[in-house]
Amino acid sequence: MIELKNVSKSFDSNQVLKNISAIFKPGITNMIIGGSGSGKTTLLKCMIGLHEIDAGEINYDGIDFSKLDFKEKIPIRKEIGMLFQSAALFDSMNVEDNILFPLNMFSDFTMEEKLDRINFCLKRVNLENVNQLKIADLSGGMKKRVGIARAIAMQPKYLFCDEPNSGLDPRTSIIIDNLIREITLEYQITTVINSHDMNSVMEIGDHIIFLHQGQNWWEGSNTELIKSDNQEVNEFVFASKLMKSKYQ
Amino acid sequence: MFFYHFGKYLLFLKNVFTKPENLKVYWKEIVREMNLIGVGSFGIIAVISIFLGAVTCIQTAYQLVSNLIPRDIIGVITRDSVIIEFSPTICLLVLAGRVGGSIASELGTMRVTEQIDALEIMGVNSSGYLVLPKIIASVITIPMLVVISMFLGIFSAYLIGPLTGVISGAEFISGVLRDWNPYIVFVALIKTYIFSFLLSSVSAYQGFYTKGGALDVGISSTKAVVYSSVLILFADYLVAQVLL
Repeated sequence: MIELKNVSKSFDSNQVLKNISAIFKPGITNMIIGGSGSGKTTLLKCMIGLHEIDAGEINYDGIDFSKLDFKEKIPIRKEIGMLFQSAALFDSMNVEDNILFPLNMFSDFTMEEKLDRINFCLKRVNLENVNQLKIADLSGGMKKRVGIARAIAMQPKYLFCDEPNSGLDPRTSIIIDNLIREITLEYQITTVINSHDMNSVMEIGDHIIFLHQGQNWWEGSNTELIKSDNQEVNEFVFASKLMKSKYQ
Repeated sequence: MFFYHFGKYLLFLKNVFTKPENLKVYWKEIVREMNLIGVGSFGIIAVISIFLGAVTCIQTAYQLVSNLIPRDIIGVITRDSVIIEFSPTICLLVLAGRVGGSIASELGTMRVTEQIDALEIMGVNSSGYLVLPKIIASVITIPMLVVISMFLGIFSAYLIGPLTGVISGAEFISGVLRDWNPYIVFVALIKTYIFSFLLSSVSAYQGFYTKGGALDVGISSTKAVVYSSVLILFADYLVAQVLL
């Protein structure tokens, strides 16, 4: 479980996050949604330690991650998997070496065990016989799946996904969404997804936080989201005609 | 601004030289970088050295118009110029463009495509993992290239002298062996180690802290080449002042 307590973050005089508190439970897909500039990416980066917060606490199962130094953060970081918007795969390596990297760095497995783990992770994301492919030869959807395979290689307790569907066609988006949800349920991971794709939110959003002007403006499930009477939430959710015709 | 970047550069180096998480993975990277930096730069260094030696020999002969000066002095001047200045400094300036630009653009691209963030989230000391192998590979392979450059420079002068008729082979060899002082090789190697470290670390610093997109990667790469070239020239002066 991840708990945020009054998290604030500013860049110079611009306060991007204002006293955000929230709880992200394991085994469900937690989503952070909001318009551009609402602070979604900054919140995610604060949670994974890429930005230092100005005030508040970020607790990973009771341990305040924000107060730890680089070395003290390493045990928690080993339990974090991250799927980036661009997948952020190492393009100097092939698919196999990308997934092998965290295993080489932090595990005591034999090479045979590592290869078994790589093949298991690739199979889990429905990719097979791609081990030797270069990253440049993969499609957008395949890159995301390799990104997920790398993220789950070390059996993480926490999985963060930054805009997992950006740049993907609707069909591949659904496949990626369902994959993230299945993995979350199967391994009881605390999953936090940063998204502004309303199809994803309605498909897999068990627990949703709506950020507006850097604040936790609204919180609830996807079924509660479409029934909300909050003006800002409605403006965001029903911005497209498709959502209006389907849910309003 | 200078002190801000100087302080940040020192902190960067502190992170680079912390204990590696996994020596095996680092060793693999060092070998890969040695291949990229050392073997990959051999061709350009060989071409430059051959022409530098030949040009030094011909131009020295052109300026020695007096019959009172023995011809073998061409060999002495060529030897000393190539060993003490041309091979360490000119080669490193060329490598600042080839290796420095490549280091900065590689790290800059990794930064803007979030690959460095991915390393940090995994708990990897990204500056250590990405930069330490490049510095070690540079400090090992560049001095080797410079030594090869010295031999090639002097050898090309030995070939071009008799070929153009400015000096006979025997006179050139006699000049190369006359008043030989190994101390100049020591000074040249000290220079090379300092320049190699400056080139790799300054270029890595520029690339590692790239912000923005493709355009900024280009800017970082240009800065890496310019700053490392200027620092190499400044260090060249300091070493000459202190050691000669």
